[in-house]
Amino acid sequence: MVPAWVVVVVSLAYLGLLFGIAHHGDKRAAAGRSLISSGVVYALSLAVYATSWTYYGSVGRAATRGLEFLTIYLGPTLAMACSAVVLQKIIRVSKRYRITSLSDFAAARYGNSRLLGGLVALIAVVGTVPYIALQLKAVSSTFRVVSGGPVSTAGVPPYADTALYVALVLALFAILFGTGHLDATERHEGMVAAIAFESVVKLVAFLAAGLYVTFGLFRGFTDLFDRAAASPALADAIGIDGYGNWFWLIVLSAFAVILLPRQFQIGVVENVDERHVRTASWLFPLYLLVINIFVLPIALAGLLTLGPAVSPDTYVLALQQHSALALMVFIGGLSAATGMVIVETIALSTMVSNSLVMPLLLRRPSWGHAGLAGRRDLGRLVLRIRRVTILVVLLLGFGFFRISGDALGLVDMGLVSFAAVAQFAPALLGGLWWKGATRNGALAGLVAGIVLWAYTLLLPELARTGWVPASVVRDGPFGVALLRPQELFGLTGAGTVGNGVFWSLLVNVVLFVVVSLAGQRTPAEAGHAALFVDIDRRTPGPGTRFYRGSVPVERLRDLLARFVGAEAATTLVAEHASRRGAPLPDDAQAEPELVRQVETALTGAVGPAAARALVASVADEEPLGMAEVVELVGEAQHLRELDRLKDEFVATVTHELRTPLTAIRAFTEILRDNPDLPAEERARYLEIMATETERLTRMVNQVLDLARLESGSAEWQLTDVDLGSVIQEAATATAQLFTDKRVALDVDVPRRGAVAEADRDGVMQVLLNLLSNAVKATPATGGRVRVRLRTDDGTARIDVADNGPGVPHADQELIFDRFRRRGAGGTGLGLAISRRIVEQFGGTLEVSDCGGNGRGATFTIGLPVPARRR
Amino acid sequence: MARILICDDEPNIVVSLEFLMRQQGHEVRTVGDGDAAIAAVAEFDPDLVLLDLMLPGRDGYEVCQTLRADGYRMKILMLTAKGREAEIAKGLAVGADDYVTKPFGTQDLVARVRQLLGAGA
Repeated sequence: MVPAWVVVVVSLAYLGLLFGIAHHGDKRAAAGRSLISSGVVYALSLAVYATSWTYYGSVGRAATRGLEFLTIYLGPTLAMACSAVVLQKIIRVSKRYRITSLSDFAAARYGNSRLLGGLVALIAVVGTVPYIALQLKAVSSTFRVVSGGPVSTAGVPPYADTALYVALVLALFAILFGTGHLDATERHEGMVAAIAFESVVKLVAFLAAGLYVTFGLFRGFTDLFDRAAASPALADAIGIDGYGNWFWLIVLSAFAVILLPRQFQIGVVENVDERHVRTASWLFPLYLLVINIFVLPIALAGLLTLGPAVSPDTYVLALQQHSALALMVFIGGLSAATGMVIVETIALSTMVSNSLVMPLLLRRPSWGHAGLAGRRDLGRLVLRIRRVTILVVLLLGFGFFRISGDALGLVDMGLVSFAAVAQFAPALLGGLWWKGATRNGALAGLVAGIVLWAYTLLLPELARTGWVPASVVRDGPFGVALLRPQELFGLTGAGTVGNGVFWSLLVNVVLFVVVSLAGQRTPAEAGHAALFVDIDRRTPGPGTRFYRGSVPVERLRDLLARFVGAEAATTLVAEHASRRGAPLPDDAQAEPELVRQVETALTGAVGPAAARALVASVADEEPLGMAEVVELVGEAQHLRELDRLKDEFVATVTHELRTPLTAIRAFTEILRDNPDLPAEERARYLEIMATETERLTRMVNQVLDLARLESGSAEWQLTDVDLGSVIQEAATATAQLFTDKRVALDVDVPRRGAVAEADRDGVMQVLLNLLSNAVKATPATGGRVRVRLRTDDGTARIDVADNGPGVPHADQELIFDRFRRRGAGGTGLGLAISRRIVEQFGGTLEVSDCGGNGRGATFTIGLPVPARRR
Repeated sequence: MARILICDDEPNIVVSLEFLMRQQGHEVRTVGDGDAAIAAVAEFDPDLVLLDLMLPGRDGYEVCQTLRADGYRMKILMLTAKGREAEIAKGLAVGADDYVTKPFGTQDLVARVRQLLGAGA
């Protein structure tokens, strides 16, 4: 095999390469040229799902249970088939409300319940420690196989155990990758790039291993299967060993692919663009399919050629007879393990710091809200908490590995983790569609579910390691057979996993539903429920965020009155009460909806940061998630930046306004002082004055538009807008422009046009702006502009493409800034306004990649199509 | 009777300046950006440059600096959209003789041009 030092050096070099990739990815992100903004990278990073369990454990499973290993990939395939509905909704909610972890999601959905958030964080840690342990086991045992060491670590003291050093090195890497800087969105572009790269490495390595075994050791699939069929002992392995577990395994893995902390981190938090989900919905299942092609062949080859002394979990590696290939296969497995451990621990560290440690610290009186927010090194404190968490979680994983020793089956332990996170499904997924779900229902379901999980799944695992008397599992506690953990209440035939999943999920769901129906929802819960469930029906106001405090209506109204006058404040509250359909006594607790409206009204008066601070000052706000606290601290800085922006903005506006004014004033005086100018000269000057006056009007309107949009006081009438007809109308309105410049206009609108929920005039304004820009961009001859409307699952896209010089890659975001012109003649406000308008309707406006190579620019409006209109 | 170079990127402002200068009997040349201004100075040798500060490409300050560095001694009257002290100080520091803020009064502009040309005579 390979000398141990070579394996170590190569492994460290490989991890160093990963770190280099991550570093580069972070640099690119900082420069605004994201490395990971593609559906393919997103799909590859989701493949962090495939861990050592997939890489080594599937073969082990196939060698003992036949085709059952496939269930773990059928589940995600099903889940991804529904991704357009489920995953996209989670992403949308999380992005809109700045949710950065599972625990945050749970807390936010149920009226900012800190208890629920903490519980979710705790379950996530407890549930994934065994899973991390099995990655450590895989790396250390394959390390020994590849370097020809002893297979078992029984009797080795902890400090001499390879797994310990694997744990420490991985902790170091996770810390480097995930806690380099603090970002309010908790995104780590560099890490994602590295994870996507690892997914390629593990796939290539596994395929290489499979090809070598199938075509190197044997003469292809036929030969391998024939020889396995000829061996009676193996005939079973190709078959299917009972369907008892299949259903439950598929259910489990379908939940896991969304609810495992690392999957939530990659799939939701790190998602750059919702549209990438569509690519991932087929590419990620395809990845899983490809990585599974050789599982059965390798398992059969192992059974045929390796003795019973070799653990099937190491077949992938043990079958390789060339050192170089063995090393490559080992690196592939290392990739599978490190990817999982790095992302999982980063996700856990976010949860532990945001939902467990910080809330506890914030509770200490000396650490009151203001005290914490006032700390200058708050960010450093958070990072320190996260680093410690990562190290502790990995050491817990190592501890778990040590106590369970060789009894730890790769797959069984992974399934136990799957079953733990599946307990989140009722509260989190149910809460996305069912407004009636309450905090108490979620708590009751989660607690009962996890207790049953511990009893039916964790306890037997512990019994195998000898930490719990085996008789408890065999005969039931105190000899009560009905309470046998693996055959609870006499349930037989579902398999051990099936039994545990069935009981824990059943009780979880029943309690979740019953307790929710029996209890009353607090206003906060009701408000948040609507925010989540109706995410697609809401247009986000500026600074939509969760308000996490309580304040009497009266105090809120008085605050508002100080800034906008008593009358306006009273009106706002009265309108809210009438919408509610119930009187609102002064001493009632204000609902989040009202608080948000007041904040919005204040924003118009004093700006967003001050408005938020004002509301927080009268409200007895609960401490928020870390992101928010950090944000509060950063807000002062943000304000200063805003001021700088404002200065720049004001300077630019005044300059832009002065230009037409200058011409108008000059000609006014010229006409006044020269009464006997020739008629035609006079006419020419008057014409100039008229044009410049129009230009001035346009600019003033645009500046006002922008101000209204930025303060959130724009008035929109949301209706179902038939996009096809708006496009036609805009084309008619701009027809003269096209004729004057001799530019051809192609309009390609399907007969059954798309309908979006938006303000018709707003969409019209954006289209007119894009069309007139497009005309300006076209070359003097042969100018051509194409407008195309198409719909794909839930998004209507309008492309406005010109054949002008295109937009250089570096400018593709800049042109949406205020006063970035695309050529002369514009105010430079049009695109900034257009983008903001589209965003008001929950849409996007982007210019697509055309590299500035003269092939033209394409501006794309994306608008969500309401579900009822699809 | 002098040679005047007008440099501004807004065509309509150029038209008005051109009218005013011709009315005073001056010979006028107009350009729309900084590079063209420097080229035109070499060829046209104006007595006075009406120079806008906010130009695409090379801005007015740079044009001013370049002209002075090349040893040109003609009068330079800056047109500035920003009446800010710092802008004006900077303009004068790089070698402009005087400034007018936009939107300018026509009589004021004419008076300043006359003053500058008179001072040089």
